[in-house]
Amino acid sequence: MRHFFRRKSSCQIAKDRLKILLISDRVNCSPEVMELIKTDIAKVLSKYMKIDSENMDIQINTKGNKSGRGGKMPSLYANIPIVDVTAKDLAK
Amino acid sequence: MEKEHSMEQKSSKVIVVTSGKGGVGKTTTTANVGTGLAKLGKKVCLIDTDIGLRNLDVVMGLENRIVYNLVDVVEGNCRVKQALIRDKRHPGLYLMPSAQTRDKSAVSPGQMVKVIEHLKEQFDYILLDCPAGIEQGFQNAIAGADRALVVTTPEVSAIRDADRIIGLLEANGFKQMNLIINRLRMDMVRRGDMMSAQDVVDILAIPLIGIIPDDESVVVATNQGEPLVGSSSPAGQAYANVVHRVEGKEVPYLNFDKGISFWTRVTGIFHRA
Repeated sequence: MRHFFRRKSSCQIAKDRLKILLISDRVNCSPEVMELIKTDIAKVLSKYMKIDSENMDIQINTKGNKSGRGGKMPSLYANIPIVDVTAKDLAK
Repeated sequence: MEKEHSMEQKSSKVIVVTSGKGGVGKTTTTANVGTGLAKLGKKVCLIDTDIGLRNLDVVMGLENRIVYNLVDVVEGNCRVKQALIRDKRHPGLYLMPSAQTRDKSAVSPGQMVKVIEHLKEQFDYILLDCPAGIEQGFQNAIAGADRALVVTTPEVSAIRDADRIIGLLEANGFKQMNLIINRLRMDMVRRGDMMSAQDVVDILAIPLIGIIPDDESVVVATNQGEPLVGSSSPAGQAYANVVHRVEGKEVPYLNFDKGISFWTRVTGIFHRA
């Protein structure tokens, strides 16, 4: 019923903020380092295929990986759009 | 019975009360859990490790009886026994105050371990009130401890700091860590304006040992310098339960909904999504 009258509860906002905050706290990974990782991944992949490095997205989250404290071992997820797989033929 | 006995023998007795963030209730928790254990007939020593900003003496109402302090002991100005203040209200309860005119560097972790080793033989429990922060004061407080009570409130800043502290305790080899959620307001949780105890436990992922409701009686008790553990107030009961859980007993969690008015109940129905 609340949903008709109110937006997201402040409790939910707090939980969402903490989720993101603690992930970066726990892995001790600054945005600058993330940017470096991103460009390095793009560089390596570009050797084999043409990727859309503008729209690639990498992030560290806690999905799925069930080890460490309370199953909160962080893992790296990358979403990299491929423009053309066959663009770079290694045989050449 | 057999099992319970072996559990009790295993339970560690040097407990550090810590939180990272200041003002979430470390000192209040130390005073209440310590007093509660003494009320159960245990011999308890409370140590204030917050050098330069001592508070445990005031919360305990023992500020007028300080002669020597922790730094005096470490520097050899007095014997350990001389720095211990006996709480006349509770047999078996002692306080080692901190120094007010010195800074954290006056004591090293190694020296803390020595003092604790000396006290271990005479007490059932040693509770260390940790200063806020993660610098040397924190390192001193955790050096001699083998168990930790992590205090937090259901707020983003306190939870973030608690998470950091838990990481540091893990890195320092702590195996037994328990969470105390302080100043919970059930009316706000019901409205969706405060994280519930379950939300906090889910985020911090260490075993819960106590939920203390936000209670005016805590302020009154601090004003009077008499810990409220065991009193009829909600916080007094909640602290009494924490004490039993520290002792290894299983105690059900209190239902803080009891005191709410009829009107809150009625509107509460509509607030529940």
